[in-house]
Amino acid sequence: MPRRPITPLLWLLFSAGGTVAAMLYPVHVLLSGVVFPLGWLEPPRYETLRALVAHPLARLYLFVFISLPLFHWAHRFRYTLYDGLQLKHLTTLVAFVCYGTAAAGTALAAYLLWRFPG
Amino acid sequence: MSDSHTPYHPRWHRQRVSVWWWLGSARYARFVLRELTSVFVALFAFVTLAELRALGQGPEAHARFLEHLSRPAALAVSLVGLAFVVFHTLSWFNLAPRAMALRLRGRRVPAAAIAAANYAAWLLASAAVAFFLLRR
Repeated sequence: MPRRPITPLLWLLFSAGGTVAAMLYPVHVLLSGVVFPLGWLEPPRYETLRALVAHPLARLYLFVFISLPLFHWAHRFRYTLYDGLQLKHLTTLVAFVCYGTAAAGTALAAYLLWRFPG
Repeated sequence: MSDSHTPYHPRWHRQRVSVWWWLGSARYARFVLRELTSVFVALFAFVTLAELRALGQGPEAHARFLEHLSRPAALAVSLVGLAFVVFHTLSWFNLAPRAMALRLRGRRVPAAAIAAANYAAWLLASAAVAFFLLRR
């Protein structure tokens, strides 16, 4: 039986990750990266934030929030390295590093969210 | 002598492309900048992981994390990152109609409608996130 190509799955991860990043990352970067550090608005208190993150739905949200955009980056960056840096002779290494990093980040997110106290 | 092959076949001539090919025009530069948005996406995913870890370790650890995030260098990266991440959103939504050919009652949904739906969803999602993060 011929091997099924993995490309459609990788593109699906890229696409889903890109959509998650497009919808959710601007507001998170704006608040956590700019508004809260600059003191324009009050950040949530530690207890509030911790209780929020402990909720199972929040853990699921954060898993999707972290994992899918990492695979979006992996796929996109892989092809940027090919086209941008003309690295086509390093295909296996580049793919391994890119998807491997995304997989590692996913595993770390799963571990932290599973073990989050509360 | 057969004319279906030559005994000595040299390599086809291909111009070596410079690594800086993309600086050749604004369109190329915008394309590469669009692709580089993914780097900031990945960066922020890892920042989120770091905050998650700090949050689980206790109030002092989380306070230290927030203090790191307020440093001038971190703020600069956040501002640049915000620009790139918003650029990702805009370029993604403008491409979405081309990726999905939606048909409603046999007529092709116009690209503007698909893009508008995405922007509306973006606004709603952002408002929901802000609601949760602005609670004391």
